[in-house]
Amino acid sequence: MSTLHSPLHDQHVALGASLVDFAGWEMPLRYGGDVAEHHAVRRAAGLFDLSHMGELMVRGADAAAALDYALVGHMSRMALGRAKYTMMCAPDGGVLDDLVVYRRDWDHFMVVANAANRVQVAAELQARFDAAALDATVEDETQSIALIAVQGPASAGIVARMCGGGAGDVDPMRYYSGVNLLLEGGIHAYAARTGYTGEDGFELFVAADTAGDVWRLALREGAAAGLEPCGLAARDSLRLEAGMPLYGHELSHDTTPFEAGLGRVVSFGVSGGPDRGDFVGREALARLSEEGVAKTLVGLVGDGRRAARTGYAVTDGDDNQVGIVTSGLPSPTLGQLIAMAYVPTALAEPGTVVGVDVRGRREEMRVVALPFYQRDA
Amino acid sequence: MASIPEDLKYSKEHEWVSGDVAAGSVVTVGITAHAAEALGDVVFVEAPAVGSEVTAGAVCGELESTKAVSELYSPVTGTVTEVNAGLENAPEQINAEPYGDGWIFKVELSAGAEDLLDAAGYADVSE
Repeated sequence: MSTLHSPLHDQHVALGASLVDFAGWEMPLRYGGDVAEHHAVRRAAGLFDLSHMGELMVRGADAAAALDYALVGHMSRMALGRAKYTMMCAPDGGVLDDLVVYRRDWDHFMVVANAANRVQVAAELQARFDAAALDATVEDETQSIALIAVQGPASAGIVARMCGGGAGDVDPMRYYSGVNLLLEGGIHAYAARTGYTGEDGFELFVAADTAGDVWRLALREGAAAGLEPCGLAARDSLRLEAGMPLYGHELSHDTTPFEAGLGRVVSFGVSGGPDRGDFVGREALARLSEEGVAKTLVGLVGDGRRAARTGYAVTDGDDNQVGIVTSGLPSPTLGQLIAMAYVPTALAEPGTVVGVDVRGRREEMRVVALPFYQRDA
Repeated sequence: MASIPEDLKYSKEHEWVSGDVAAGSVVTVGITAHAAEALGDVVFVEAPAVGSEVTAGAVCGELESTKAVSELYSPVTGTVTEVNAGLENAPEQINAEPYGDGWIFKVELSAGAEDLLDAAGYADVSE
């Protein structure tokens, strides 16, 4: 497969970014220092190119019912202009992808999928719609859309300035909502107040051929507020501090939403509410929600210097492996080691001390409640 | 393209060596700008202890960044005489000044290190 490039590739090269292959896309890993980029998002604002994310447009008279059947959330209950975090599960209840779905019209949803899963999710959505004989089609518009995120406490002001200064359309936006915005220069954006950093922030979906203009506009309007372009390294450290899962690390076909602590995204319907109906994985997920889980995703913190990394063994007092680290790094904001790991549910209680085999040496870490970092409300 | 000072010698594992490399002399060791860039912001350095023996081509420590951990190889053979104490509180010096304040340790050579690369040779392996 040939390497895919963001429509902003030339901007990244001009900014001197270190580029990295990410799920078949060549994307910026960092522009300067990843720790400085991380702090910029916590303290002011960061600008991210997320054009590798998949935008799958679901349209049709039965679009809402089709997504109700294909996903674990009750999508037909979403109001216009709302966004919802959800998942696609296999019939056995394993997670095939985690998604954010935006209701852009009564019969039009945008499903944002992880880059690595985009093709499979698009095919699986259509297969599920067809199997249920529902009138809905999936179109993968990823390569004609650029996704540019402005994240951080200064982001609302910056996005308002990108619209010509009027905060009128931006300020009232609720978290997990989306609106059509007209940016300076007459550029159309679908702007959502969503993100993956644990900060207030916006994600701007724009036509690929306007991406360069939007990127430069954001850099110009954000400069005074301290906005910095940020790469995937900072994105990873920010999302981990915020306790957000990353598909391929915390989530996979071998894990269920319940094990990941995300059982709330699975909707079996509310009594007295509209009929939830059947959905793929329902039977298995209903059984799993009754049974309880043998392993649980937890947060770990440590005071040492050697970080637990993906794939390292979590051990008990006798150094037997009992679990596995899914992500870990030295937290730039907290100044201590943080990690997420699957451990036996009996060891998931906050305060429990476990070992992690860090390249042959036992390092002790302590179970804590997620997230590690939460912004002031 | 990261800078490669002409007056240093280099290993294929991206360390630099400064000073006379004959047996008995003391050299300074660090990692190259190319290596520092690839690693990202260094947040922790585990350098070999003063007095320990290091062997050319063998692992002698670790460099931890937010993104990854990487092994530190010794480019020379000998006894460690000093480690850069400044890196304890300011490991980011490795990124800021890889050839200056970001030096990592000093070694008294027990064997000559004539097979290190010059700047042009290192430019070939680091491209």
